[in-house]
Formats: sequence, C-alpha cells, structure tokens
Amino acid sequence: MQLFPCPFCGPRSESEFHFGGDAGNHRPEGFRAVTDGEWSNYLHARNNPRGAANEIWMHMTCGEVFRMERDTVHHRVARSFAPGEGDGHDGMAH
Amino acid sequence: MTAWRTEGGSAIDRSRPLRFSFDGREVEGFAGDTVASALLAGGISVLGRSFKYHRPRGLWGAGVEEPNALVDIAGGMPNTRATQALAADGMAVRSVNAEPSAQKDRHAFLDAFSRFIPAAFYYKTFMFPDWHLFEPRIRQMAGLGTLDAAAQGPAFAEQVNHHCDVLVVGAGPAGLLAARKALRAGKRVVLCDDGRQAGGSLLFRAATIEGKTGSEWAADMAAELAGGGALVLAGTTAFGIYDHHLAGLNQKGGDGAPDRLWRIRAGSIVLATGAIERPLPFGNNDLPGIMSAEAALVYLRRFGVAAGRKVVVATNNGLAYETAEALAAAGADVTVVDYRADAPPPAGVRVLAGRTILSASGRGAVHAVRLSDGSVLEADAVLASGGFTPTVHLYCQAQGKLDWRDDILAFVPGRPVEGVTVVGAAAGDFGLPAELAERAGRALGIVAAWPEPGTRERVWIDLQNDVTAKDVELAVRENFVSVEHLKRYTTLGMATDQGKTSNVNGLALMAELTGRRIPEVGTTTYRPPFTPVPFACFAGARSGTRMSPLRRLPLEKQHRADGAVFRDYGGWLRPAYYGAGPADTRIQAEARAAREGVALFDGSPLGKIEVIGPDAAGFLDFIYYNTMSTLPPGRCRYGFILTEGGNVYDDGVLVRLDENRFVVSCSSSHVAGVHALLEEWRQDHFDRRRIFIHNATAEMATLTVTGPRARALMEAVGFDIPLDDAALPHMAVAASTFEGIAVRIARISFTGDRSYEISVPADRAAALWARLRREGEAFGATLLGLEALMILRAEKGYIVIGKDTDGTSRPMDFGLTAPLQRKKAEFIGRRSLITEDATRADRRQFVGLEAVDGKGVLPTGAHGIAREGRGVRSAGYVTSSYFSPALQKPIALGLIERGLSRMGDIIELQHLREIRRARIISACAFDEEGSRLHA
Repeated sequence: MQLFPCPFCGPRSESEFHFGGDAGNHRPEGFRAVTDGEWSNYLHARNNPRGAANEIWMHMTCGEVFRMERDTVHHRVARSFAPGEGDGHDGMAH
Repeated sequence: MTAWRTEGGSAIDRSRPLRFSFDGREVEGFAGDTVASALLAGGISVLGRSFKYHRPRGLWGAGVEEPNALVDIAGGMPNTRATQALAADGMAVRSVNAEPSAQKDRHAFLDAFSRFIPAAFYYKTFMFPDWHLFEPRIRQMAGLGTLDAAAQGPAFAEQVNHHCDVLVVGAGPAGLLAARKALRAGKRVVLCDDGRQAGGSLLFRAATIEGKTGSEWAADMAAELAGGGALVLAGTTAFGIYDHHLAGLNQKGGDGAPDRLWRIRAGSIVLATGAIERPLPFGNNDLPGIMSAEAALVYLRRFGVAAGRKVVVATNNGLAYETAEALAAAGADVTVVDYRADAPPPAGVRVLAGRTILSASGRGAVHAVRLSDGSVLEADAVLASGGFTPTVHLYCQAQGKLDWRDDILAFVPGRPVEGVTVVGAAAGDFGLPAELAERAGRALGIVAAWPEPGTRERVWIDLQNDVTAKDVELAVRENFVSVEHLKRYTTLGMATDQGKTSNVNGLALMAELTGRRIPEVGTTTYRPPFTPVPFACFAGARSGTRMSPLRRLPLEKQHRADGAVFRDYGGWLRPAYYGAGPADTRIQAEARAAREGVALFDGSPLGKIEVIGPDAAGFLDFIYYNTMSTLPPGRCRYGFILTEGGNVYDDGVLVRLDENRFVVSCSSSHVAGVHALLEEWRQDHFDRRRIFIHNATAEMATLTVTGPRARALMEAVGFDIPLDDAALPHMAVAASTFEGIAVRIARISFTGDRSYEISVPADRAAALWARLRREGEAFGATLLGLEALMILRAEKGYIVIGKDTDGTSRPMDFGLTAPLQRKKAEFIGRRSLITEDATRADRRQFVGLEAVDGKGVLPTGAHGIAREGRGVRSAGYVTSSYFSPALQKPIALGLIERGLSRMGDIIELQHLREIRRARIISACAFDEEGSRLHA
C-alpha cells in the first residue's frame, strides 16, 4: 500500500485514489480532423514507463484531480501538485 | 525416539497440568507447552504423513520454520504448526494427510512406489484423455489438513491501523537493543515477535548480559520498553513489508480469541528476525527422531523435554555444541559427529571429528546412522545442524538484494534499503551484539555440507513438499536450470513453510549440478506472507453488507409497514413488491393497477447531481451525446453519457432549473461513477472556476405519482402551482412547496403514463409520502415496487443501463442517430462513433421481440442464433423479458444483430437446449404514439 501525497489533504493511502491516466495525453480535438491512429493512440496507447512517471490522479475522498511525479521502480514520489501549479501543463491529461 | 521430561523448562508451569487428544490418543502436558512439546514429551514421534509419499514424519523444528508437524485443531484451525500452537486442556488435535492416523496411514504404501513417482510424474502420466479426470483422486491422496465446514471461527478478526517512527521485528537480543536505542532517542517504537515472550535465542541459549541471565535481561527489557511507551506485541508475526514502509502483522489470538491484523506504517524498520537452522543432507534424513539441534535445545531449556536418551548430534559448525553439552548434562548419552576435521576439544561429550553421516535407518523412527568411516552408531535421536540461514524474507520483500558470504555459508542482506536496517543473526551476526557480549561466544566455524548428486538413498531437501535430491537432479537433467524453474518443476520451497529450511540446500545442489557457485544460482523471489495468515484475518469484519454496504431509503420503515419485500438493486435496498402471496401475482397486480388508476413509487435513489455555473451548459454539451445547451430553463431532456470509447455509459434525464443550473438524473447505481466522471472532466478539461458540481442524491428523496389519475391525485394533495399540461407539460419542471418546504415537481415518466416526480428534502419525505398515501385512498392508489416498474418501462421499450445495454453498446444501436449527424459541439466519445466498429452494418441493435411459438415468456439471456453451415453462432440476446398485464401477452427486449432493419423477421433463439421463435418488432409495445403521457 503506497502513500500518495494529495496536494490538498496530505499523505493518504493509495486505495483512496483513482488513476486518471498519463499526464500529457492530450485529447485530440476536432473529431473530423482526428485520424484513427491519433484517436487510437489517445484512447489505448499508454507510456507504462520504467522509472520516472508523470500521472494524473484523483483523490476520491476530496474529489480533487492533481498531477503526481513518481518512480515506477522504487515507488518514490517526487512531487504532486494541483492543476495550474506545475510547469505550464495546465490541461493535464486531456 | 524416547524423549522424556527432564527438570526445568522455563516456558511451562508444572503446577498446571493439562490433557488433550492427538489422533484420538490422550496426551498430557503442562500450561505453556506447545502442542509439539507435549507430543514430544509424550513419546509420540510420528506427527504426520508426508505430502506426497505418505512417509512418517516427526518434529524437525521448534518454531515458525517447522515443515512437518502441521495439525488440524478442532474448531476451525486447519494446518496449524504444532510448534507454535499452545496446548490447551481438552483440545482435539488431528494429524494431516493421514487416515486413520499418522501412525497407521492407509496410503503409506505409496512410499514403496516412490521410485516411479518423481517430480512432475502425475502431470506427465495422467495427460490422456484429460488431467482433470484424475486430478480429484490424486489431490485427495496428497495434501494437507481439512477444513471443518461446520466451524464458524471465533469472531471477526480485529484490524488495527497504526503509525510509528520505528518498527522493530524480532525481540531477540539484537531487536531488544535496537528498540531500546530508538526509545531512548525519543522515537515512537513498536516491537513485535512471533514468540509469546521477548528474548528470541536468549530464551534457550546461555548468555549473560548486563549482569543478568539472557532471559532475565530480555524480560526486563520488554518491561522497560513497554513502560517507556513502546508498543510490544508478543505472539505477533510480521508477515510482509509493503510499499512505503507498511508492515503487515498477524497477532495470534489464542484461547478462542480471533487473530488480529495490524497495518503499521513505520518511519523506519529494523529487522532482527534471526536465523533458521538448516538440515544436513544424508540418506533418509526425514526419519522421525531427526531434529534440528537448535530445536532440541529449545525443547530442553524451554519445555524440559530431552529429545532422546541415546543422542547423536551431527554438525558442520560450532553452535550445535551447546545442544550436545546441555543434553549430556541432562543425562543423555551424547555423541557428536562433527563434519569438521579440526573440531574443538570435547566438553563432556564424545566427539567423532572429520566424519559425516551417510544415511540414517529405522522403521517409523530413526534407529541408527551410518558414518562416512563405515561405522554405525545407534541413536534414538539425531540432532542435526547444517548451518544457519538468516531470515531475510522481509528484507527481500522490501526490494533488498542478497550477498553470499563464504565464511558463514549463507545469504545475507547486501545493499542497504532506504529506511530498512537488518541486525543480528538476520544480518549474519550469529553471536550476541558486540555491545551486549561480555565475552566471545561460540564460533560458528562452519564447513560446507551440501547435498551431493548421485546418492543412492533418498536425501530429502524439502520435507514439507517431499522433494528429494533426485528430484532436483531430474529437473536439471530436463534443463530446468533457473532456480525459479526448479521451484515450479519440483515444488521445492512451495509448501506452506515456503522452504525456510530447504531452499539453500536445494540451490546448493543446483549449483553443484550446473557447475555454478551458489550466488550465481541465486534465490527465488521472496513474497508475503512470511507465514500463512488466515483469510479471516485479512477479511476482518468485511463480509456481506460490511464489505459492500447496502444503501437504505429514507422511507424504508414506511415501506416495511406496507409489507414491502426488499431486494438489493445496484447497492440500494428497495421494495421489489408489496404484500404477501406469490411474488408474480403481486407484481402483475401492481403493474395492472398502475396502468388503470394511479400508483405511488419511491424513486429516491435516482441520481441528482447538480451542475452549476456560467459554463455549465457548454460543459454538459460535452458530457452528453445529446445537445443540452439548447434546453430551455424549466425543461428536461433525455440523453446518453458515453465513454471516450463511444460506448453507452449511462442514460437519464437532464433537468435545467435555470440558465446556469442543471440536475443530472443518472441511474441510481451509477451515481458515484457519473459524479467522478463529471469531476474529472470539469477539473481537467474545463475552467474549474466556472463550473461547480454538487451531488445532492442523498439529500433529496424522489417520490413519483404515475398513472392516468396521477394529475387528479396531485391536485388533491394541493400544490401551489398549476399542474395542467399548459403550465407543466411533459418534460417540464417547476418549483413548488409542500407544507412550506421547497420541492421540485418534474413531468418525467418511466412508465409511459402521465407522471409527476416530486423531489423533496429527504427528512420531509415521510410527511409527503403519508399525504400521498392518504389522498391516494380515494383514488385507489397502488404502491408500485421496482419489479412492476420494470414491466411498465419494458412495455414502453425504455432501457435500463447494464441490462439492456452492455459494454459494447453504442447510442445508434438504440436508433438515436440525430446527435451524431446534427450536433455541432464536441462530446465524450464522439470520435469513436465514426470508427469502423461503430459503423458496422451487423451491429446488435435494440428491438422488441414477440414470441410466436406460443411457449410463453422468452428466457432473459436467450441467444438469437444464426445458423452457419452445421454450426450456430450468437446473433444477439434477450435483455429483458416479462409477461405484460396490460397487453396480456409476453413482451421482450433484446440486442439483435441488424435488428432495426429486420422488423417483422422471425428469428430463432436458443436457451440451454430449448429453441424458441420470436418476431422482431418495435421496442415500444404499448401506446406507441405516446398519448398516455398526456392523458
């Protein structure tokens, strides 16, 4: 059971969180122009990185969505922050 | 084996004798005895039969490492290690895998065939025609204890969440010292040990610390720690270390009390988990009477039981001499067979140095050993020490990596793991910690004594899973040279003891056979739990509705008074129907009455999620398949919410209360999911400052008045707004009051008849319901349960999400194509609706089905079939099926391949072995023009 730092509530057990996807998996807009490949990539392709990961999570108990940078090997959490407080990635997943 | 009670025994209370039964035989013991120590003292040497060959087996160990002595204790504790279970007066204990008893086992003949049943024999042999034909018989012959189906267990296991600065696992000398240091540094400390008393090896090995005997010092330390605020947990096994320093602990209840599960989140963890003695590999080394030398010392010093009268202590190291000396002092005739040529000078015992044991012999118990010099020694107990394996399980679970040390012939913790420290014997330091030792202890001085290939007699590696050196050789011959493959092929180390005594000998043999060094072979992966933990401990109180709580209606009491029969609908406990008698009759009567007059229905679980703010309309355009921004205030619109994959996720009515305020009425079982979906998109795709979402589902009850006389009943109640069709038409909503409280009245119908949904604060629902009931009497109002409602909506072809849809359904499959063609705005899942799959011609589409074979109601779930050559395949299935009281005939809905373009076709349906025939018709079977909505 990992401990995740909710930027609003502090460290909480992993089971309180819901995974929201890779950060930066921007939703391709304008459905007519979006190719099958682009849409499929957005829907299905996941980075699944070994090491540094940049992800969207929701803390279900407070309902807030936030970004978290963590390592998938040793599970260390580098940081987490509220939307808009990062480095220019305002729209996070979509 | 002729074990006997000596003087002393620090763990037992001789003033409190007790009796229990083992395989029906009476056994005497004292309070403080384990089941194992009492059986040993009682001279019972065969405690069970081995897993595969049904060989007689006795005690090997004295603690958690015990591979043989598993017993079933009556009352629901199967496969308990006899070495850890306290004996209790009147207890009934049975051996495992033995019938009728461990002593006289009817499957003992299997051992005579052992040559023919090596590793993987069963799988290789019983392949044809099908392994599963043979499996039950084979499984019955092998295996462990049996569950007592009647046993209920003591009570729910308690579960405790706890936080501390330092968790110390193991209360031996190293652990006690570490805990004392941490406590004196002002830390919050938890100390746990699987023994019932603190002390670890100090409880049975001679030591003097700070002027006290080892066990006195340990007792004083435990008291000092507890007095200083540390949490000291005895009888508690740390079975797992998980992410971010979470430790799982199983505290044994004992005395009929349930186990307790501790989840401890520690700042740092000190592992002082000790080391476990290894067996020596020689022929027939599994005979009863062959025991760990350290275990024999435990039985002698802790329980006052000497393992034998004529004792051979066989060792490849110096630590077993304490056992030899102690037993000699207690009066046993002791010979030490020391594998080392340069054995230390004898101390009151006879020493045969530079010799090894080739094999043991005896029927049912060890009788003699044959040595490498050809001599034979008679013995009734052989106490073996093949060295010590540091207990590194928890360190490895915490992602530690092991180093091999040639000087102690053991794997020890290698690179440090953040926040985890390993101390004492677990780190390979077998003596007392330097700070506590007043003089040098015994030297280990170990020499290798690994299993050798090609031994004629069987040398047991894994006692619990019956794996011999020959099995390892076979595995290597068949090229299973990875240690993980060796494990899976031979089952070495896969038993409930997880190879605590066997793994190192197994991989040493593997190394020899493959010409590698032991560290090159490596170990298998260590995973939790360290010891078996009862499922009941993990489950705790979380079973039934405590696992999955039922949500209850504000009006449950009223419904019960009206004789409602409740069922679980998507987590809500709701009235299925009202009144006594056959369910079907009641349900049909309710549905008929609702069509003829007026009915009252409690729809409180219906989702009521408010979406508020200047950007709410645009947001909802994105959320819904349908265009919602054009909905005028005071009006409602039905719509779908899709997934990004373009599949129908939920349906429901959106209510627009005013320009910037909407209510999403989602399915009652989908409220949490829809709420999370709305929040995720709001926060991650929109300006979160301009949209606010509030889930008001539980705040408001929703009571529905439906039927041809609904308006008359509503007017009788007397709301302060006009209820006629001009003022409040179908799909309109208006604010009103009831007894001074604001309510919302919406003309939304799930029955196809004129309906009024009244949303009222939950705490006022009882008053409104009572009023509706009272006024309803004059109209003969019926109470409508959910089952009858299901019939009414099915007559109209209204869908229920998850029943009439599945994970592949798309909105066009329901004939709703307009938004896709006309909607300007982007919405969730839109791009997925123009994919090849979404536009396939042979999609399963939502239609009505009319049975034409006169055999009554179609079975729900029956598959439409398409015949292809000699075979058939599914062409969709029946999703809902009822007898309609209004139409006096069966009705059904289904998702049928190309259904919308095959109206009037007759198809075959298959259910189990029955073939049915039905005509494809419109999903709406009743009042297709919808005139009753306005009637």
